[in-house]
Amino acid sequence: MDINIFTVFILAIFVGNEIISKVPPTLHTPLMSGSNAISGIAVVGAIIATKVGGGIGSWMGLIAVIFATVNVVGGFMVTDRMLKMFKRR
Amino acid sequence: MEFTNIFYVLASVLFILGIKKLSHPKTARNGNMISFIGMMIAIIATLIAKHEYEIDFQTIAIGIIIGTIIGAVFAIKVEMTQMPQMVAIFNGFGGAASALVAAAEFLKTGEITTFTLGTIVLSIFVGTLTFTGSFIAFGKLQGFISGQPIVFPGQQIFNGLMAMMLIFVGVYVVQSPSDMNYFYAVIIISAIMGITLTIPIGGADMPVVISLLNSYSGVAAAATGFVLMNNGLIIAGALVGASGLILTNIMCKGMNRSLANVIFGAVGLVQESTGDGSKKQITIKSYSTEEAAMIFDAAEKVIIVPGYGLAVAQAQHAIREVAEILESKGKKVLYAIHPVAGRMPGHMNVLLAEANIPYEQLKDLDEINPEFEDCDVALVLGANDVVNPAARHDTSSPIYGMPILDVDKSRTVIINKRTMNTGFAGIQNELFGFDNSIMVFGDAKDMLQQLLKDLKEL
Repeated sequence: MDINIFTVFILAIFVGNEIISKVPPTLHTPLMSGSNAISGIAVVGAIIATKVGGGIGSWMGLIAVIFATVNVVGGFMVTDRMLKMFKRR
Repeated sequence: MEFTNIFYVLASVLFILGIKKLSHPKTARNGNMISFIGMMIAIIATLIAKHEYEIDFQTIAIGIIIGTIIGAVFAIKVEMTQMPQMVAIFNGFGGAASALVAAAEFLKTGEITTFTLGTIVLSIFVGTLTFTGSFIAFGKLQGFISGQPIVFPGQQIFNGLMAMMLIFVGVYVVQSPSDMNYFYAVIIISAIMGITLTIPIGGADMPVVISLLNSYSGVAAAATGFVLMNNGLIIAGALVGASGLILTNIMCKGMNRSLANVIFGAVGLVQESTGDGSKKQITIKSYSTEEAAMIFDAAEKVIIVPGYGLAVAQAQHAIREVAEILESKGKKVLYAIHPVAGRMPGHMNVLLAEANIPYEQLKDLDEINPEFEDCDVALVLGANDVVNPAARHDTSSPIYGMPILDVDKSRTVIINKRTMNTGFAGIQNELFGFDNSIMVFGDAKDMLQQLLKDLKEL
């Protein structure tokens, strides 16, 4: 087993902690919907899953692709819609 | 195969840069676009790297088309007041997608290592729990399920037993993966736990729950990343997990509650008055909007404190108009936003931004509290517990210790409420009886429109 992958995981948590604590409260809702979109990265796994598990597996892959795409598309679009509203005087 | 990893690293860098640009409203929209480009790179790199015998392009195309349509409709149609519901559903979808990918991997023929089996169990557990928990949270926010905490005798013991069973069954799946019954048991137990851990949490605590489920959806993605040994999923999942946890913390602090207390406390269940006779009789002064307008006219600095009642009354535009006329008379106007003013982190800011209120005027708790000292009028709209001074001194109060907006320090406090009913915490607010407090009763929108008229006539 590869220790590098844990290194990546731990470092990502620290980086995440660092940059996210700098997001002002005003933008916490877009942060949440935006991170929803990013967690749609599962779509990459879903793409890989479409042929691994045989018949049932590919059905699960299809549903996973749908769910993750909803997250990606809906998440980025609604975040953009919100951020458009934040205007200066 | 190695070259895809380079693209996953690139995608991760873009996610990090994208979130970094969320640190200011000016750059935030660009940041979101950068994250989106990162996502596209990750998806396209995966599609190019895999051969036709490895992935099913037809299935992928159908899935992406259906998902895009559903996602776009959600994003365009959703009302800003419904954002918490939408985020709840999306958390659920994210968790489910991760769990499904892990489950498909489990069904793969051939040897699976113990490590991979362990991460599959973890991913299915967190993903399924996020899925069912999110739908309960959605139901509560949408009003399909009672916002009251739902408890049954022995709930804690039941949850404890379920957790123990899950560990037992999970270990069994890792040891003998050929027995499908244990695999199904993991899914069922996780689904039940998602429900039983969410139903006892009251409606007022939903901001914490959504933040927590947001974090879980990231953890599920990261766990699936370990299943597939995929850096892209691990990094993105870790970022989302960290983000959700930070927001959970902020929400807990805003309510002065520990996370354990929110999850297991079932607060708000018994709403009977404490009945110790300590309910002091308070004398209030009730003014008309005309009289209130005269107070505003004499003021130089006004701070508006919007609560969720303002959004429910759809009075955001009315308050902007009032603020604009005050500014045209040369007065300084600011908005004080409590961390739990809305139904999710930052919700109130979005609702006010939607009504074209400039973000420079929106101040958070730490920024605004010193401003009340030299403030002439604090206008409290549909907020109650977050301005209750009892949180500062009354150790017997259920909200004691909660950070509040110090509106009572301003020269005059004008409070708009429908009736004298108590807030979420079910307690009387002594602020209403203070010498410098004035009540203006009525629906927030009607009251503001009347106030606007009176201000114009002055």
